[in-house]
Amino acid sequence: MLVHSKGARRAVWTLFLVLFLPVFALPLLVIVAASFASSWSGALPSGPTLAHYRDITQGDSLRALVTSLVTAVAASLLALAAGTWAALAAQRLRPRARKVLDALFMLPVAVPSVVVGLSLLVAFSQPPLLLNGTPQIVVIAHTVLVTAFAHQSVTAALARLDPAYEQSAAGLGARPAYVLWRVKLPLLLPSLTAAAGLCFALSMGELSATMMIYPPDWLPLPVRVFATTDRGALFAGAALAVVLMAATLLVLLAVSRIRTKASYR
Amino acid sequence: MSRPGTPAPPRPTRERYRGERRKVSSALWALPPLLALGLVFLYPLVLVVRQSFTQDEGGPLSTAPYAQVFAEASFTDAFGNTVLIALGATAGCLLLGFALALVIAFVPFPGSRAIGRFIDVFLAFPSFLITLALLFVYGTAGLANGLWADATGAAGGPFDFLRTPWGVLLAEITYFTPFVMRPLLAAFSQVETGQLEAAASLGARPARIVRKVIWPEALPSLAAGGALVLVLTLNEFGIVLFTGAKDVVTLPVLIYTKAILDGDYTGACVVAVVNIALSLALYALYRAVAARAGGARTPSTGGDGHRARA
Repeated sequence: MLVHSKGARRAVWTLFLVLFLPVFALPLLVIVAASFASSWSGALPSGPTLAHYRDITQGDSLRALVTSLVTAVAASLLALAAGTWAALAAQRLRPRARKVLDALFMLPVAVPSVVVGLSLLVAFSQPPLLLNGTPQIVVIAHTVLVTAFAHQSVTAALARLDPAYEQSAAGLGARPAYVLWRVKLPLLLPSLTAAAGLCFALSMGELSATMMIYPPDWLPLPVRVFATTDRGALFAGAALAVVLMAATLLVLLAVSRIRTKASYR
Repeated sequence: MSRPGTPAPPRPTRERYRGERRKVSSALWALPPLLALGLVFLYPLVLVVRQSFTQDEGGPLSTAPYAQVFAEASFTDAFGNTVLIALGATAGCLLLGFALALVIAFVPFPGSRAIGRFIDVFLAFPSFLITLALLFVYGTAGLANGLWADATGAAGGPFDFLRTPWGVLLAEITYFTPFVMRPLLAAFSQVETGQLEAAASLGARPARIVRKVIWPEALPSLAAGGALVLVLTLNEFGIVLFTGAKDVVTLPVLIYTKAILDGDYTGACVVAVVNIALSLALYALYRAVAARAGGARTPSTGGDGHRARA
Protein backbone atom coordinates (compact mmCIF):
# COMPACT_ATOMS: atom_id res chain seq x y z
CA MET A 1 0.00 0.00 0.00
CA LEU A 2 1.66 3.15 -1.21
CA VAL A 3 -0.85 5.76 -0.06
CA HIS A 4 -1.93 5.52 3.55
CA SER A 5 -4.33 8.35 4.25
CA LYS A 6 -7.90 7.56 3.35
CA GLY A 7 -8.58 10.85 1.62
CA ALA A 8 -5.48 10.66 -0.56
CA ARG A 9 -6.34 7.09 -1.51
CA ARG A 10 -9.83 8.17 -2.57
CA ALA A 11 -8.29 10.93 -4.68
CA VAL A 12 -5.94 8.48 -6.39
CA TRP A 13 -8.80 6.08 -7.14
CA THR A 14 -10.97 8.84 -8.52
CA LEU A 15 -8.14 9.98 -10.76
CA PHE A 16 -7.60 6.38 -11.85
CA LEU A 17 -11.25 5.88 -12.78
CA VAL A 18 -11.34 9.25 -14.55
CA LEU A 19 -8.41 8.07 -16.67
CA PHE A 20 -9.37 4.43 -17.02
CA LEU A 21 -13.08 4.48 -17.72
CA PRO A 22 -13.17 6.95 -20.63
CA VAL A 23 -10.06 5.49 -22.22
CA PHE A 24 -10.79 1.76 -21.98
CA ALA A 25 -14.37 1.05 -20.95
CA LEU A 26 -16.12 3.77 -22.91
CA PRO A 27 -15.03 2.66 -26.42
CA LEU A 28 -16.56 -0.79 -26.03
CA LEU A 29 -19.72 0.61 -24.48
CA VAL A 30 -20.31 3.23 -27.17
CA ILE A 31 -19.99 0.63 -29.93
CA VAL A 32 -22.62 -1.53 -28.27
CA ALA A 33 -24.87 1.50 -27.67
CA ALA A 34 -24.49 2.75 -31.22
CA SER A 35 -25.32 -0.65 -32.70
CA PHE A 36 -28.85 -0.34 -31.31
CA ALA A 37 -29.34 3.28 -32.44
CA SER A 38 -30.29 5.04 -35.61
CA SER A 39 -28.88 8.47 -34.80
CA TRP A 40 -26.58 10.18 -32.28
CA SER A 41 -27.03 13.93 -32.05
CA GLY A 42 -27.42 14.50 -28.30
CA ALA A 43 -25.49 13.18 -25.35
CA LEU A 44 -27.01 9.74 -25.84
CA PRO A 45 -27.83 7.80 -29.00
CA SER A 46 -31.45 7.93 -30.09
CA GLY A 47 -33.92 6.03 -32.23
CA PRO A 48 -33.59 2.55 -30.71
CA THR A 49 -33.74 -0.13 -33.39
CA LEU A 50 -32.83 -3.73 -34.04
CA ALA A 51 -32.72 -3.18 -37.79
CA HIS A 52 -28.91 -3.35 -37.97
CA TYR A 53 -28.91 -6.78 -36.37
CA ARG A 54 -31.77 -7.94 -38.57
CA ASP A 55 -29.70 -6.98 -41.61
CA ILE A 56 -26.84 -9.14 -40.40
CA THR A 57 -28.95 -12.28 -40.35
CA GLN A 58 -29.09 -12.28 -44.14
CA GLY A 59 -27.16 -11.37 -47.25
CA ASP A 60 -23.57 -10.15 -47.50
CA SER A 61 -23.05 -9.51 -43.77
CA LEU A 62 -23.98 -13.08 -42.85
CA ARG A 63 -21.70 -14.35 -45.61
CA ALA A 64 -18.86 -12.16 -44.25
CA LEU A 65 -19.37 -13.63 -40.76
CA VAL A 66 -19.27 -17.20 -42.11
CA THR A 67 -16.21 -16.32 -44.21
CA SER A 68 -14.42 -14.98 -41.14
CA LEU A 69 -15.34 -18.01 -39.04
CA VAL A 70 -14.17 -20.49 -41.69
CA THR A 71 -10.95 -18.55 -42.29
CA ALA A 72 -10.23 -18.27 -38.56
CA VAL A 73 -10.83 -21.98 -37.88
CA ALA A 74 -8.70 -23.05 -40.84
CA ALA A 75 -5.88 -20.63 -40.04
CA SER A 76 -5.88 -21.54 -36.32
CA LEU A 77 -5.68 -25.28 -37.01
CA LEU A 78 -2.90 -24.84 -39.59
CA ALA A 79 -1.00 -22.45 -37.31
CA LEU A 80 -1.40 -24.78 -34.34
CA ALA A 81 -0.08 -27.74 -36.33
CA ALA A 82 2.88 -25.82 -37.76
CA GLY A 83 3.66 -23.99 -34.52
CA THR A 84 3.50 -27.14 -32.38
CA TRP A 85 5.58 -29.14 -34.83
CA ALA A 86 8.22 -26.41 -34.98
CA ALA A 87 8.29 -26.03 -31.19
CA LEU A 88 8.67 -29.80 -30.68
CA ALA A 89 11.36 -30.02 -33.34
CA ALA A 90 13.20 -27.00 -31.93
CA GLN A 91 13.37 -28.68 -28.53
CA ARG A 92 15.51 -31.48 -29.99
CA LEU A 93 17.92 -29.13 -31.71
CA ARG A 94 21.18 -27.75 -30.36
CA PRO A 95 20.79 -24.37 -28.60
CA ARG A 96 22.12 -22.28 -31.44
CA ALA A 97 20.00 -23.97 -34.11
CA ARG A 98 17.02 -23.71 -31.79
CA LYS A 99 17.53 -19.98 -31.41
CA VAL A 100 17.60 -19.54 -35.18
CA LEU A 101 14.42 -21.59 -35.62
CA ASP A 102 12.60 -19.67 -32.87
CA ALA A 103 13.70 -16.34 -34.35
CA LEU A 104 12.52 -17.35 -37.83
CA PHE A 105 9.11 -18.33 -36.48
CA MET A 106 8.80 -15.08 -34.52
CA LEU A 107 9.78 -13.00 -37.54
CA PRO A 108 6.21 -12.51 -38.90
CA VAL A 109 5.39 -10.58 -35.70
CA ALA A 110 8.04 -7.97 -36.46
CA VAL A 111 7.18 -7.63 -40.13
CA PRO A 112 4.22 -5.29 -40.76
CA SER A 113 1.06 -7.26 -41.59
CA VAL A 114 0.54 -5.09 -44.66
CA VAL A 115 3.92 -6.25 -45.94
CA VAL A 116 2.99 -9.89 -45.31
CA GLY A 117 -0.06 -9.31 -47.50
CA LEU A 118 2.00 -7.53 -50.16
CA SER A 119 4.63 -10.28 -50.23
CA LEU A 120 1.99 -12.98 -50.77
CA LEU A 121 0.50 -10.85 -53.52
CA VAL A 122 3.90 -10.51 -55.21
CA ALA A 123 4.81 -14.18 -54.79
CA PHE A 124 1.56 -15.89 -55.70
CA SER A 125 0.28 -13.72 -58.55
CA GLN A 126 2.36 -15.67 -61.04
CA PRO A 127 2.67 -19.33 -62.01
CA PRO A 128 3.59 -21.93 -60.77
CA LEU A 129 1.60 -20.99 -57.67
CA LEU A 130 -1.26 -18.81 -58.85
CA LEU A 131 -3.23 -18.22 -55.66
CA ASN A 132 -4.11 -14.55 -56.07
CA GLY A 133 -7.88 -14.17 -56.03
CA THR A 134 -8.57 -17.41 -54.18
CA PRO A 135 -9.79 -17.88 -50.59
CA GLN A 136 -6.66 -19.93 -49.92
CA ILE A 137 -4.40 -16.86 -50.07
CA VAL A 138 -6.42 -15.24 -47.25
CA VAL A 139 -6.10 -18.40 -45.14
CA ILE A 140 -2.35 -18.53 -45.87
CA ALA A 141 -1.90 -14.89 -44.85
CA HIS A 142 -3.76 -15.40 -41.58
CA THR A 143 -1.81 -18.59 -40.89
CA VAL A 144 1.51 -16.79 -41.43
CA LEU A 145 0.47 -14.01 -39.07
CA VAL A 146 -0.80 -16.20 -36.20
CA THR A 147 1.68 -19.10 -36.34
CA ALA A 148 4.21 -17.04 -34.38
CA PHE A 149 1.83 -16.87 -31.41
CA ALA A 150 1.04 -20.59 -31.53
CA HIS A 151 4.76 -21.38 -31.73
CA GLN A 152 5.62 -19.06 -28.86
CA SER A 153 2.79 -20.37 -26.71
CA VAL A 154 3.74 -24.03 -27.21
CA THR A 155 7.44 -23.26 -26.70
CA ALA A 156 6.64 -21.63 -23.35
CA ALA A 157 4.48 -24.61 -22.35
CA LEU A 158 7.21 -27.08 -23.34
CA ALA A 159 9.71 -25.20 -21.18
CA ARG A 160 7.38 -25.60 -18.20
CA LEU A 161 6.76 -29.30 -18.85
CA ASP A 162 8.37 -31.65 -16.34
CA PRO A 163 10.75 -33.87 -18.36
CA ALA A 164 10.31 -36.67 -15.79
CA TYR A 165 7.07 -37.81 -17.48
CA GLU A 166 8.53 -38.46 -20.88
CA GLN A 167 11.75 -39.80 -19.40
CA SER A 168 9.91 -42.39 -17.34
CA ALA A 169 7.71 -43.30 -20.31
CA ALA A 170 10.80 -43.73 -22.46
CA GLY A 171 12.52 -45.61 -19.63
CA LEU A 172 9.59 -48.06 -19.60
CA GLY A 173 10.26 -48.74 -23.26
CA ALA A 174 7.77 -46.47 -25.01
CA ARG A 175 8.82 -45.46 -28.50
CA PRO A 176 9.23 -41.72 -29.23
CA ALA A 177 6.02 -41.51 -31.30
CA TYR A 178 4.06 -43.16 -28.48
CA VAL A 179 5.59 -40.82 -25.87
CA LEU A 180 4.65 -37.84 -28.01
CA TRP A 181 1.09 -39.00 -28.63
CA ARG A 182 0.21 -40.43 -25.21
CA VAL A 183 2.34 -38.34 -22.83
CA LYS A 184 3.53 -35.04 -24.25
CA LEU A 185 0.53 -33.90 -26.28
CA PRO A 186 -2.03 -34.66 -23.52
CA LEU A 187 0.12 -32.68 -21.06
CA LEU A 188 0.30 -29.82 -23.55
CA LEU A 189 -3.43 -29.88 -24.26
CA PRO A 190 -4.42 -26.89 -22.06
CA SER A 191 -1.76 -24.73 -23.68
CA LEU A 192 -2.78 -25.94 -27.12
CA THR A 193 -6.42 -24.97 -26.63
CA ALA A 194 -5.39 -21.58 -25.21
CA ALA A 195 -3.13 -21.04 -28.22
CA ALA A 196 -5.94 -22.07 -30.56
CA GLY A 197 -8.25 -19.52 -28.94
CA LEU A 198 -5.64 -16.80 -29.29
CA CYS A 199 -5.02 -17.65 -32.95
CA PHE A 200 -8.75 -17.67 -33.63
CA ALA A 201 -9.24 -14.24 -32.02
CA LEU A 202 -6.33 -12.76 -33.94
CA SER A 203 -7.53 -14.17 -37.23
CA MET A 204 -11.10 -12.97 -36.64
CA GLY A 205 -9.85 -9.38 -36.25
CA GLU A 206 -7.17 -9.40 -38.93
CA LEU A 207 -7.57 -6.44 -41.26
CA SER A 208 -4.16 -5.23 -42.50
CA ALA A 209 -3.00 -8.18 -44.59
CA THR A 210 -6.57 -9.07 -45.54
CA MET A 211 -7.14 -5.65 -47.08
CA MET A 212 -4.24 -6.35 -49.45
CA ILE A 213 -5.36 -9.74 -50.70
CA TYR A 214 -9.06 -10.50 -50.21
CA PRO A 215 -10.86 -11.62 -53.37
CA PRO A 216 -14.36 -10.19 -53.94
CA ASP A 217 -16.01 -13.53 -53.19
CA TRP A 218 -14.13 -14.12 -49.92
CA LEU A 219 -14.72 -11.00 -47.87
CA PRO A 220 -14.08 -11.40 -44.11
CA LEU A 221 -16.00 -9.51 -41.42
CA PRO A 222 -13.37 -6.82 -40.58
CA VAL A 223 -13.25 -5.79 -44.24
CA ARG A 224 -17.03 -5.65 -44.23
CA VAL A 225 -16.95 -3.44 -41.11
CA PHE A 226 -14.51 -1.12 -42.88
CA ALA A 227 -16.52 -1.02 -46.11
CA THR A 228 -19.72 -0.29 -44.16
CA THR A 229 -18.31 2.53 -42.03
CA ASP A 230 -16.33 3.93 -44.96
CA ARG A 231 -19.54 4.59 -46.89
CA GLY A 232 -20.97 6.36 -43.82
CA ALA A 233 -23.22 3.66 -42.34
CA LEU A 234 -21.63 4.01 -38.90
CA PHE A 235 -24.44 2.39 -36.92
CA ALA A 236 -24.64 -0.67 -39.15
CA GLY A 237 -20.86 -0.90 -38.87
CA ALA A 238 -21.16 -0.80 -35.08
CA ALA A 239 -23.61 -3.74 -35.16
CA LEU A 240 -21.15 -5.71 -37.31
CA ALA A 241 -18.38 -4.85 -34.88
CA VAL A 242 -20.49 -6.11 -31.96
CA VAL A 243 -21.06 -9.40 -33.80
CA LEU A 244 -17.30 -9.63 -34.41
CA MET A 245 -16.55 -9.01 -30.72
CA ALA A 246 -19.24 -11.46 -29.57
CA ALA A 247 -17.99 -14.25 -31.83
CA THR A 248 -14.42 -13.68 -30.66
CA LEU A 249 -15.39 -13.60 -26.99
CA LEU A 250 -17.56 -16.73 -27.25
CA VAL A 251 -14.68 -18.75 -28.66
CA LEU A 252 -12.23 -17.38 -26.10
CA LEU A 253 -14.62 -18.23 -23.27
CA ALA A 254 -15.10 -21.68 -24.77
CA VAL A 255 -11.38 -22.35 -24.49
CA SER A 256 -11.83 -20.88 -21.01
CA ARG A 257 -8.57 -19.02 -20.72
CA ILE A 258 -8.38 -15.61 -22.23
CA ARG A 259 -4.89 -15.01 -23.47
CA THR A 260 -4.00 -12.23 -25.78
CA LYS A 261 -1.25 -11.29 -28.11
CA ALA A 262 0.37 -9.32 -25.33
CA SER A 263 1.17 -12.59 -23.59
CA TYR A 264 3.35 -13.84 -26.42
CA ARG A 265 5.52 -11.31 -28.11
CA MET B 1 19.50 -35.48 -26.41
CA SER B 2 22.43 -35.63 -24.03
CA ARG B 3 22.53 -38.27 -21.35
CA PRO B 4 24.49 -36.98 -18.38
CA GLY B 5 26.32 -39.55 -16.38
CA THR B 6 26.75 -41.99 -19.27
CA PRO B 7 30.05 -43.83 -18.78
CA ALA B 8 32.75 -43.36 -21.37
CA PRO B 9 31.70 -45.36 -24.43
CA PRO B 10 33.84 -48.37 -25.21
CA ARG B 11 33.82 -47.77 -28.96
CA PRO B 12 33.79 -43.99 -29.44
CA THR B 13 33.58 -44.05 -33.22
CA ARG B 14 30.35 -46.04 -33.24
CA GLU B 15 28.83 -43.94 -30.43
CA ARG B 16 29.71 -40.77 -32.24
CA TYR B 17 28.20 -42.17 -35.41
CA ARG B 18 24.98 -42.89 -33.57
CA GLY B 19 24.99 -39.39 -32.00
CA GLU B 20 25.53 -37.82 -35.39
CA ARG B 21 22.62 -39.78 -36.79
CA ARG B 22 20.35 -38.58 -33.98
CA LYS B 23 21.37 -35.00 -34.63
CA VAL B 24 20.65 -35.42 -38.31
CA SER B 25 17.21 -36.90 -37.58
CA SER B 26 16.43 -34.01 -35.20
CA ALA B 27 17.38 -31.58 -37.93
CA LEU B 28 15.18 -33.51 -40.38
CA TRP B 29 12.20 -33.13 -38.06
CA ALA B 30 12.70 -29.36 -38.05
CA LEU B 31 12.70 -29.32 -41.84
CA PRO B 32 8.97 -29.57 -42.75
CA PRO B 33 7.82 -26.54 -40.71
CA LEU B 34 10.85 -24.61 -41.93
CA LEU B 35 10.04 -25.44 -45.55
CA ALA B 36 6.43 -24.34 -45.04
CA LEU B 37 7.55 -21.08 -43.44
CA GLY B 38 10.03 -20.58 -46.26
CA LEU B 39 7.40 -21.08 -48.93
CA VAL B 40 4.70 -18.79 -47.53
CA PHE B 41 6.78 -16.18 -45.71
CA LEU B 42 10.53 -16.05 -46.41
CA TYR B 43 10.40 -16.65 -50.16
CA PRO B 44 7.67 -14.00 -50.66
CA LEU B 45 9.73 -11.54 -48.61
CA VAL B 46 12.76 -12.19 -50.80
CA LEU B 47 10.59 -11.54 -53.84
CA VAL B 48 9.48 -8.21 -52.33
CA VAL B 49 13.10 -7.17 -51.89
CA ARG B 50 13.92 -8.28 -55.46
CA GLN B 51 10.93 -6.45 -56.89
CA SER B 52 11.96 -3.28 -55.06
CA PHE B 53 15.17 -3.28 -57.14
CA THR B 54 13.40 -4.02 -60.44
CA GLN B 55 12.47 -1.00 -62.51
CA ASP B 56 10.81 -2.87 -65.38
CA GLU B 57 9.47 -6.41 -65.38
CA GLY B 58 12.36 -8.72 -66.24
CA GLY B 59 14.82 -5.85 -66.42
CA PRO B 60 18.17 -5.56 -64.62
CA LEU B 61 18.38 -4.81 -60.89
CA SER B 62 18.88 -1.14 -60.09
CA THR B 63 18.51 1.31 -57.26
CA ALA B 64 16.49 3.66 -59.46
CA PRO B 65 13.14 2.74 -57.80
CA TYR B 66 14.58 3.80 -54.44
CA ALA B 67 15.80 7.14 -55.81
CA GLN B 68 12.38 7.66 -57.34
CA VAL B 69 10.38 6.85 -54.19
CA PHE B 70 12.71 8.77 -51.87
CA ALA B 71 12.22 11.86 -54.04
CA GLU B 72 8.43 11.74 -53.69
CA ALA B 73 6.89 14.14 -51.18
CA SER B 74 4.28 11.52 -50.26
CA PHE B 75 7.04 9.19 -49.05
CA THR B 76 8.89 11.75 -46.95
CA ASP B 77 5.58 12.90 -45.46
CA ALA B 78 4.55 9.32 -44.67
CA PHE B 79 7.95 8.55 -43.16
CA GLY B 80 7.81 11.63 -40.94
CA ASN B 81 4.21 10.94 -39.94
CA THR B 82 4.97 7.31 -39.09
CA VAL B 83 7.97 8.10 -36.91
CA LEU B 84 6.30 11.04 -35.15
CA ILE B 85 3.06 9.17 -34.46
CA ALA B 86 4.96 6.09 -33.27
CA LEU B 87 7.18 8.12 -30.94
CA GLY B 88 4.25 10.15 -29.61
CA ALA B 89 2.08 7.08 -29.07
CA THR B 90 4.91 5.25 -27.33
CA ALA B 91 5.55 8.17 -24.99
CA GLY B 92 1.83 8.42 -24.24
CA CYS B 93 1.49 4.68 -23.61
CA LEU B 94 4.50 4.66 -21.27
CA LEU B 95 3.16 7.58 -19.25
CA LEU B 96 -0.43 6.36 -19.02
CA GLY B 97 0.59 2.72 -18.58
CA PHE B 98 3.00 3.52 -15.76
CA ALA B 99 0.43 5.65 -13.92
CA LEU B 100 -2.37 3.08 -14.26
CA ALA B 101 -0.17 0.09 -13.37
CA LEU B 102 1.12 1.97 -10.33
CA VAL B 103 -2.39 2.41 -8.98
CA ILE B 104 -3.49 -1.16 -9.77
CA ALA B 105 -0.40 -2.64 -8.11
CA PHE B 106 0.21 -0.38 -5.13
CA VAL B 107 -3.06 1.36 -4.31
CA PRO B 108 -5.30 -1.66 -4.91
CA PHE B 109 -9.03 -1.28 -4.63
CA PRO B 110 -11.91 -3.75 -4.75
CA GLY B 111 -12.20 -4.85 -8.35
CA SER B 112 -8.66 -4.04 -9.44
CA ARG B 113 -8.18 -7.71 -10.33
CA ALA B 114 -11.23 -7.53 -12.57
CA ILE B 115 -9.55 -4.66 -14.35
CA GLY B 116 -6.64 -6.93 -15.21
CA ARG B 117 -9.08 -9.40 -16.77
CA PHE B 118 -10.79 -6.56 -18.60
CA ILE B 119 -7.51 -5.49 -20.16
CA ASP B 120 -7.04 -9.03 -21.50
CA VAL B 121 -10.49 -8.92 -23.06
CA PHE B 122 -9.66 -5.51 -24.50
CA LEU B 123 -6.61 -6.89 -26.28
CA ALA B 124 -8.58 -9.74 -27.81
CA PHE B 125 -10.29 -7.23 -30.09
CA PRO B 126 -8.81 -5.78 -33.27
CA SER B 127 -7.31 -2.30 -33.08
CA PHE B 128 -9.57 -0.66 -35.65
CA LEU B 129 -12.55 -1.00 -33.27
CA ILE B 130 -10.95 1.78 -31.20
CA THR B 131 -11.10 4.21 -34.10
CA LEU B 132 -14.69 3.18 -34.74
CA ALA B 133 -15.50 3.80 -31.08
CA LEU B 134 -13.77 7.18 -31.07
CA LEU B 135 -16.01 8.19 -33.98
CA PHE B 136 -18.96 7.73 -31.62
CA VAL B 137 -17.21 9.52 -28.76
CA TYR B 138 -15.60 12.51 -30.47
CA GLY B 139 -17.08 12.37 -33.98
CA THR B 140 -19.39 15.01 -35.44
CA ALA B 141 -22.32 12.83 -34.37
CA GLY B 142 -21.28 11.50 -31.03
CA LEU B 143 -21.11 11.65 -27.28
CA ALA B 144 -18.76 14.58 -26.58
CA ASN B 145 -20.15 16.92 -29.20
CA GLY B 146 -23.69 15.87 -28.26
CA LEU B 147 -23.02 16.69 -24.60
CA TRP B 148 -21.62 20.08 -25.62
CA ALA B 149 -24.60 20.80 -27.86
CA ASP B 150 -27.05 19.82 -25.10
CA ALA B 151 -25.23 21.96 -22.54
CA THR B 152 -24.75 25.10 -24.63
CA GLY B 153 -27.60 24.83 -27.11
CA ALA B 154 -25.14 25.20 -29.97
CA ALA B 155 -25.69 23.25 -33.20
CA GLY B 156 -22.45 21.32 -32.92
CA GLY B 157 -19.55 20.72 -30.60
CA PRO B 158 -15.90 21.82 -30.63
CA PHE B 159 -14.38 18.34 -30.96
CA ASP B 160 -13.11 17.82 -34.48
CA PHE B 161 -9.67 16.25 -34.35
CA LEU B 162 -10.29 12.64 -35.36
CA ARG B 163 -9.11 13.13 -38.92
CA THR B 164 -5.88 14.76 -37.79
CA PRO B 165 -2.73 13.01 -36.51
CA TRP B 166 -4.07 13.69 -32.99
CA GLY B 167 -6.98 11.33 -33.60
CA VAL B 168 -4.60 8.57 -34.67
CA LEU B 169 -2.41 9.31 -31.67
CA LEU B 170 -5.34 9.07 -29.22
CA ALA B 171 -6.54 5.80 -30.75
CA GLU B 172 -3.06 4.25 -30.67
CA ILE B 173 -2.43 5.31 -27.07
CA THR B 174 -5.78 3.79 -26.10
CA TYR B 175 -5.12 0.50 -27.83
CA PHE B 176 -1.44 -0.02 -27.03
CA THR B 177 -1.28 1.14 -23.38
CA PRO B 178 -2.17 -2.38 -22.12
CA PHE B 179 0.96 -3.70 -23.86
CA VAL B 180 2.96 -1.52 -21.46
CA MET B 181 0.79 -2.31 -18.44
CA ARG B 182 1.08 -6.09 -18.64
CA PRO B 183 4.87 -6.39 -18.23
CA LEU B 184 4.79 -3.56 -15.68
CA LEU B 185 2.19 -5.35 -13.54
CA ALA B 186 4.30 -8.52 -13.76
CA ALA B 187 7.35 -6.57 -12.56
CA PHE B 188 5.41 -4.82 -9.79
CA SER B 189 4.17 -8.16 -8.46
CA GLN B 190 7.83 -8.94 -7.69
CA VAL B 191 8.34 -5.82 -5.58
CA GLU B 192 8.45 -6.68 -1.86
CA THR B 193 5.69 -4.78 -0.10
CA GLY B 194 7.94 -4.90 2.96
CA GLN B 195 10.36 -2.62 1.17
CA LEU B 196 7.61 -0.06 0.61
CA GLU B 197 6.44 -0.33 4.22
CA ALA B 198 9.99 0.10 5.48
CA ALA B 199 10.57 3.14 3.29
CA ALA B 200 7.25 4.63 4.38
CA SER B 201 7.89 4.00 8.07
CA LEU B 202 11.28 5.68 7.72
CA GLY B 203 9.39 8.77 6.60
CA ALA B 204 9.69 8.59 2.79
CA ARG B 205 6.77 10.22 1.03
CA PRO B 206 4.99 8.35 -1.81
CA ALA B 207 6.76 10.35 -4.54
CA ARG B 208 10.12 9.43 -3.07
CA ILE B 209 9.15 5.75 -2.73
CA VAL B 210 8.08 5.68 -6.37
CA ARG B 211 11.34 7.28 -7.44
CA LYS B 212 13.72 5.30 -5.26
CA VAL B 213 12.10 1.88 -4.87
CA ILE B 214 9.55 1.28 -7.62
CA TRP B 215 11.17 3.10 -10.54
CA PRO B 216 14.33 0.95 -10.65
CA GLU B 217 12.17 -2.20 -10.62
CA ALA B 218 9.97 -0.86 -13.39
CA LEU B 219 12.72 0.35 -15.71
CA PRO B 220 13.49 -2.90 -17.60
CA SER B 221 9.80 -3.64 -18.16
CA LEU B 222 9.17 -0.07 -19.25
CA ALA B 223 11.99 -0.32 -21.76
CA ALA B 224 10.70 -3.64 -23.09
CA GLY B 225 7.09 -2.45 -23.25
CA GLY B 226 8.13 0.81 -24.89
CA ALA B 227 10.19 -0.91 -27.58
CA LEU B 228 7.33 -3.31 -28.30
CA VAL B 229 4.79 -0.50 -28.61
CA LEU B 230 7.18 1.37 -30.89
CA VAL B 231 7.30 -1.59 -33.29
CA LEU B 232 3.53 -2.12 -33.14
CA THR B 233 2.74 1.55 -33.78
CA LEU B 234 5.20 1.69 -36.68
CA ASN B 235 3.34 -1.23 -38.27
CA GLU B 236 -0.21 -0.18 -37.35
CA PHE B 237 -2.58 -0.06 -40.29
CA GLY B 238 -6.18 -0.56 -39.17
CA ILE B 239 -6.36 2.47 -36.89
CA VAL B 240 -5.01 4.84 -39.54
CA LEU B 241 -7.16 3.33 -42.30
CA PHE B 242 -10.33 3.73 -40.23
CA THR B 243 -9.75 7.42 -39.50
CA GLY B 244 -10.13 7.90 -43.25
CA ALA B 245 -8.03 11.05 -43.16
CA LYS B 246 -6.42 11.87 -46.47
CA ASP B 247 -3.54 13.81 -44.93
CA VAL B 248 -2.59 11.26 -42.27
CA VAL B 249 -0.61 8.73 -44.31
CA THR B 250 1.82 6.36 -42.63
CA LEU B 251 4.20 3.87 -44.26
CA PRO B 252 1.79 0.87 -44.07
CA VAL B 253 -1.02 2.99 -45.53
CA LEU B 254 1.34 4.19 -48.28
CA ILE B 255 2.16 0.56 -49.12
CA TYR B 256 -1.55 -0.21 -49.37
CA THR B 257 -2.25 2.88 -51.48
CA LYS B 258 0.61 2.22 -53.88
CA ALA B 259 -0.08 -1.49 -54.34
CA ILE B 260 -3.87 -1.68 -54.32
CA LEU B 261 -5.09 1.74 -55.42
CA ASP B 262 -2.25 2.75 -57.80
CA GLY B 263 -1.09 -0.70 -58.89
CA ASP B 264 2.54 0.40 -58.43
CA TYR B 265 4.06 -2.80 -57.02
CA THR B 266 7.68 -1.73 -57.31
CA GLY B 267 7.01 1.49 -55.37
CA ALA B 268 5.04 -0.44 -52.75
CA CYS B 269 7.92 -2.91 -52.38
CA VAL B 270 10.41 -0.07 -51.87
CA VAL B 271 8.30 1.39 -49.06
CA ALA B 272 7.82 -2.13 -47.66
CA VAL B 273 11.58 -2.72 -47.52
CA VAL B 274 12.06 0.57 -45.65
CA ASN B 275 9.27 -0.34 -43.24
CA ILE B 276 10.64 -3.86 -42.67
CA ALA B 277 14.14 -2.51 -42.00
CA LEU B 278 12.79 -0.01 -39.48
CA SER B 279 10.60 -2.55 -37.66
CA LEU B 280 13.15 -5.37 -37.64
CA ALA B 281 15.82 -3.12 -36.16
CA LEU B 282 13.45 -2.01 -33.41
CA TYR B 283 12.13 -5.53 -32.86
CA ALA B 284 15.68 -6.86 -32.40
CA LEU B 285 16.19 -4.08 -29.86
CA TYR B 286 12.96 -5.09 -28.11
CA ARG B 287 13.94 -8.77 -27.92
CA ALA B 288 17.32 -7.82 -26.45
CA VAL B 289 15.75 -5.49 -23.88
CA ALA B 290 12.93 -7.93 -23.06
CA ALA B 291 15.40 -10.79 -22.60
CA ARG B 292 17.34 -8.67 -20.10
CA ALA B 293 14.15 -7.58 -18.36
CA GLY B 294 12.92 -11.18 -18.18
CA GLY B 295 16.33 -12.49 -17.15
CA ALA B 296 16.60 -9.98 -14.33
CA ARG B 297 13.33 -11.18 -12.83
CA THR B 298 13.42 -14.89 -13.49
CA PRO B 299 16.97 -16.22 -13.55
CA SER B 300 15.84 -19.71 -14.55
CA THR B 301 14.52 -20.03 -18.07
CA GLY B 302 12.01 -22.61 -16.90
CA GLY B 303 9.82 -20.23 -14.89
CA ASP B 304 6.54 -18.72 -15.94
CA GLY B 305 7.66 -18.32 -19.52
CA HIS B 306 4.83 -16.28 -20.89
CA ARG B 307 5.06 -13.82 -18.04
CA ALA B 308 8.73 -13.24 -18.59
CA ARG B 309 8.16 -12.70 -22.27
CA ALA B 310 5.00 -10.67 -21.90
